[in-house]
Amino acid sequence: MSSNYEERDFGLEYDRTMPRGPRRMQRRKICRFCIDKVDLIDFKDVKLLQSYIPERGKILPRRISGVCAAHQRMLASAIKRARNIALLPYAAD
Amino acid sequence: MADTRTYEVIFIIDPAAAEDDVMKLSEGVQKIITGQGGSITKTEMMGKRQLAYEINHKKDGTYVLLEVEGSGKEIAEVERRMRVNDQILRYMTVRVDEMRQRAEKLKERRARKAERKAGNGKAKKAALNFAAREQEGAE
Repeated sequence: MSSNYEERDFGLEYDRTMPRGPRRMQRRKICRFCIDKVDLIDFKDVKLLQSYIPERGKILPRRISGVCAAHQRMLASAIKRARNIALLPYAAD
Repeated sequence: MADTRTYEVIFIIDPAAAEDDVMKLSEGVQKIITGQGGSITKTEMMGKRQLAYEINHKKDGTYVLLEVEGSGKEIAEVERRMRVNDQILRYMTVRVDEMRQRAEKLKERRARKAERKAGNGKAKKAALNFAAREQEGAE
């Protein structure tokens, strides 16, 4: 019971830190793929995929890019395929 | 497993291989596929490009892309052969027919949705017009 309480406490603290900063005011981004009506993300389209991997080579989380869940799934698998065939790095620097 | 499937086979050839060798290799791969009962619907030489990371201490390679229709048996055979070929640095096969089918479905669904929305839009506009007229009358 006590551990449960602690957990909740942490959650509250986490929540309290959330509204701070200017980021909160940002408008909700909309999925670019939904606007462009993309049904299929090709792993060979390096130029497109590259815009979703920051310098480090990681997959950009959708909380930052604003991509919808369905398209993020497609994007992630495309990036992973591209990595396998050395079109994209697993890790940069 | 009588149904035909569509695959994309992509492989990277050693950059040291001469142009003829590249041609020979890709032709050899195609021959294996057709020999096993598959058919090739598209070939694309993507040319020499830099690898995102080193494979066998090589910094670049020649990419070849094939689109294959078949049962899957020829893929198994061709992958087995590529595995033992030193000149092929990397290969990957992706089954694309299911992905394309899903994309088609999404497209259809979107079209249907758009139709419904268009109908809705008309109804909404009419309702709004009606409400505006009502208000005018009240004033």
